[in-house]
Amino acid sequence: MNVFDIQELNLWYGKFQALKDVSLTAADAEITALIGPSGCGKSTLLKTLNRMNDLTPDCRITGSVRLRGQDVYADLPVNELRRRVGMVFQKPNPFPMSVYDNIAFGPRTHGVKSRLALDETVEKSLRSAAIWDEVKDRLRKSALGLSGGQQQRLCIARALAVTPEVLLLDEPTSALDPISTGKIEELLLTLKKNYCIIIVTHNMQQATRISDKTAFFLLGEMVEYDNTEKIFSLPRDKRTEDYVTGRFG
Amino acid sequence: MKKKRLKNKYPRKYGEILLGAITWAAALLMTAVLLYIIGFIVYRGAPYLKPSLFSPTYNSTNVSLLPALVSTVYMTAFALAVALPLGLGAAIYLAEYARRGHKVVRLIRLATETLAGIPSIIHGLFGMLFFVTYLGWGFSLLAGVCTLAIMILPLIMRASEEALLAAPDSYREGAFALGAGKLRTVFRIVLPAAAPGILAGVILSVGRIVGETAALIYTAGTVAQMPFAEGGPPLIDVFASVRTLSVHMYALTREGLHTNEGFATALTLLAVVMGINAAAAWMAGRVGKNRS
Ligand SMILES: Nc1ncnc2c1ncn2[C@@H]1O[C@H](COP(=O)(O)OP(=O)(O)OP(=O)(O)O)[C@@H](O)[C@H]1O
Ligand SMILES: [Mg+2]
Repeated sequence: MNVFDIQELNLWYGKFQALKDVSLTAADAEITALIGPSGCGKSTLLKTLNRMNDLTPDCRITGSVRLRGQDVYADLPVNELRRRVGMVFQKPNPFPMSVYDNIAFGPRTHGVKSRLALDETVEKSLRSAAIWDEVKDRLRKSALGLSGGQQQRLCIARALAVTPEVLLLDEPTSALDPISTGKIEELLLTLKKNYCIIIVTHNMQQATRISDKTAFFLLGEMVEYDNTEKIFSLPRDKRTEDYVTGRFG
Repeated sequence: MKKKRLKNKYPRKYGEILLGAITWAAALLMTAVLLYIIGFIVYRGAPYLKPSLFSPTYNSTNVSLLPALVSTVYMTAFALAVALPLGLGAAIYLAEYARRGHKVVRLIRLATETLAGIPSIIHGLFGMLFFVTYLGWGFSLLAGVCTLAIMILPLIMRASEEALLAAPDSYREGAFALGAGKLRTVFRIVLPAAAPGILAGVILSVGRIVGETAALIYTAGTVAQMPFAEGGPPLIDVFASVRTLSVHMYALTREGLHTNEGFATALTLLAVVMGINAAAAWMAGRVGKNRS
């Protein structure tokens, strides 16, 4: 079932058009990868999905973005939208507080007060993000003391703690070593059973390893969108072929 | 390869030794001067640190410093109570709500910086003309508090704004992405992250308050009495004229009759400042517990 349905999306930063007529759907229990050269608008597209673009002055949008049929720019309060659509950033950004408080921040924001419920959510989220065993003895210690890979999984756990339906990840492994990257990829493959996952990546192997669908972007346009296998073996567009075979530019 | 490095090693080593010696000497000199001043004050002041100096009322024989000590504590606490909410509020507005780099923001920043550079005696003059004379408060604790609050406001504002701006945007993004609103993000995430920097501004301000004389002589006066009202503590008479420890010291040494007690007062002042700094460092440590 389609979770996100994007139709004819255009986006301008001031006079500069960063997205041109993008139409795309993302389904439940699937990983959708967004690929393309630097500056082609991948992060921008991701940020329109949970309205992080609201924070950018003179950013203008036309077209429609629907989350299970609801227009995210009209039908949903923005804080509720962001609860349902979690986001993980390129650089791990744990808050400067304890591991526990990092995870509990989201649920507390949305009104969970009971100690018991929080304890439960924290453990469950950390387990889902495959980091419970590594941090269970240091829940009260600062999250900034964790390694980069651990911090990123903590950020995933933090996003999971508010029971989202979608996970947006913007190059979540580009700052990590291969082993941490492997752990996160494995984690995403487990998580996809229960979530709709959209990931931006510069790593072609990563896209082939974990994604079901791939969308290729170039200069703000979506050039091609198809099953990942198809994009990487039999692309319809010459530009896609050049990019995925590394002959681009 | 190896030979070349060996050859280069000697000149660099001499340079390093020389540089090391210079920095060492500078550090040593600094410490020596500091220790000498402290030692001198202790040496001159300690013998006169008698119980009579701490009697509840001042008279010309006991020259008690207790009223001044109590007044200093109240002066500091009240001035901070006025300036901290105002300064922090302004800083939060500038750093979090106003559009970054906007003309008005830059203007306010310029004004704050200018205000921070004004000599305290001018604050004193303004305080005297406005609070003491125009508002008719007379030489009083209240006039002193307001003058000092104006004096430290830019300090607190700048320190707080810088501390807030130093909190990375990734914290804000992370909080927004979880569905937190602006208010919650600022107060639960950004402000705690900025707390050590804000506290540094507060420590600096306390130093300015405790060390201030000129601005206070014109506004709070020099009466050596407790700032309490008729009913006694905890009731406070904000219109009472009081002197802080620094003003007290100034009065004692100027009169020339109680220079020794002046040194004892200096020693007490030193202890008070050290105590405040230690308390602030402890607080910063507690706030910053999870931030390293
Ligand atoms: N806040 C902004 N204001 C103005 N232009 C912006 C802003 N953010 C992004 N852009 C521009 O929009 C275009 C798309 O940016 P975006 O960050 O979405 O690219 P990207 O595909 O994520 O690139 P990368 O792979 O380097 O992360 C770029 O040309 C960029 O310069
Ligand atoms: Mg990007």
